[in-house]
Amino acid sequence: MKRFVLFLPLIFFIGLGIFLYKGLFLNPKAMPSALEGHPVPAFKLLTVTKGDRVVTKADLIGDYYLLNVWATWCAACKAEHPYLLDIASSGVSIYGVNYRDELAAAQDWLTRYQDPYQFSAFDVDGKFGLNLGVYGAPETYLVDHLGIIRLRYAGVVDTRSWKSDFLPLITQIKAEIAASKSL
Amino acid sequence: MKILLIMVTLLAAIVSEDSLAVDTYKFSKPQYEARFHALNKILRCPKCQNQNLADSNSMISQDLRKEVFRMMEEGRSDAQIVEFMVMRYGDFVLYKPKVDNVTYFLWYGPIGFGVFGFALLFIVVMRQRGKKSNQTVVKGSDELSAQEQQALDNILKNNK
Repeated sequence: MKRFVLFLPLIFFIGLGIFLYKGLFLNPKAMPSALEGHPVPAFKLLTVTKGDRVVTKADLIGDYYLLNVWATWCAACKAEHPYLLDIASSGVSIYGVNYRDELAAAQDWLTRYQDPYQFSAFDVDGKFGLNLGVYGAPETYLVDHLGIIRLRYAGVVDTRSWKSDFLPLITQIKAEIAASKSL
Repeated sequence: MKILLIMVTLLAAIVSEDSLAVDTYKFSKPQYEARFHALNKILRCPKCQNQNLADSNSMISQDLRKEVFRMMEEGRSDAQIVEFMVMRYGDFVLYKPKVDNVTYFLWYGPIGFGVFGFALLFIVVMRQRGKKSNQTVVKGSDELSAQEQQALDNILKNNK
């Protein structure tokens, strides 16, 4: 017993070491989103490419869809763009939120790099972004068939994050849809 | 060389002064201004993480300051404004974390460690004292009693 007590500091030290070592590999940007589990906030905005068309929350349709916050001033968005095109061509609906951008630059971007979005809401003053809890770009939200935000992903969506973060949730949403239909 | 250094420093000061586009707000009531600054101090900039809204000049902070100003002019209370921010950005946006289940350890951990440490110190000191008083009793008699001699012999024998 006495011997065991002597080892306590060592055990404590190892425990602390493991705890702190794990901390080295945490992503400080990965913050819990306050909006996960809540519906998409309402909005009423013009779009980047569709002229006078006004879009609202009702225009976001699909069994599940992505809401991607982007801007031409955001370098990481450019890196993300090809991957969004891939996702869109695989049949996933992506709606864009053009966050605090210039209209001409945004239009130019979509013609030059192709347009993966069903439409891009033109959120010039960042109001919708603010209601979404956006603090930068790119950010991507996964929304389910009930219009509930299931995932908020800050940073570049790529093959790895798509597989590890999005796909499992999409499978789950599909299962939920199937379950609700069979009822 | 020194003059050059001074010039560069001055230039840097001018440039940074310029780039800090200070947003000016006209408050309808003078007490709003004090509240506005107080709120900007306790709300964290979600993007820069280690600055509050008042310190940060990032785009999101500008937006949030504007939002604080707008809500204040609408006559909302501080609590309502803070709630608005927490709804969107989570508890993270508060510089001073709330006391709840998740943060109990954060708030009371240090006190707990302190109490534990002092308790340990107290025990160790008391034990040490107990030993010392035993020693003085032994010192009183130079000769070992028969019983003690026996015990000592046993120990020596076992050690061999």
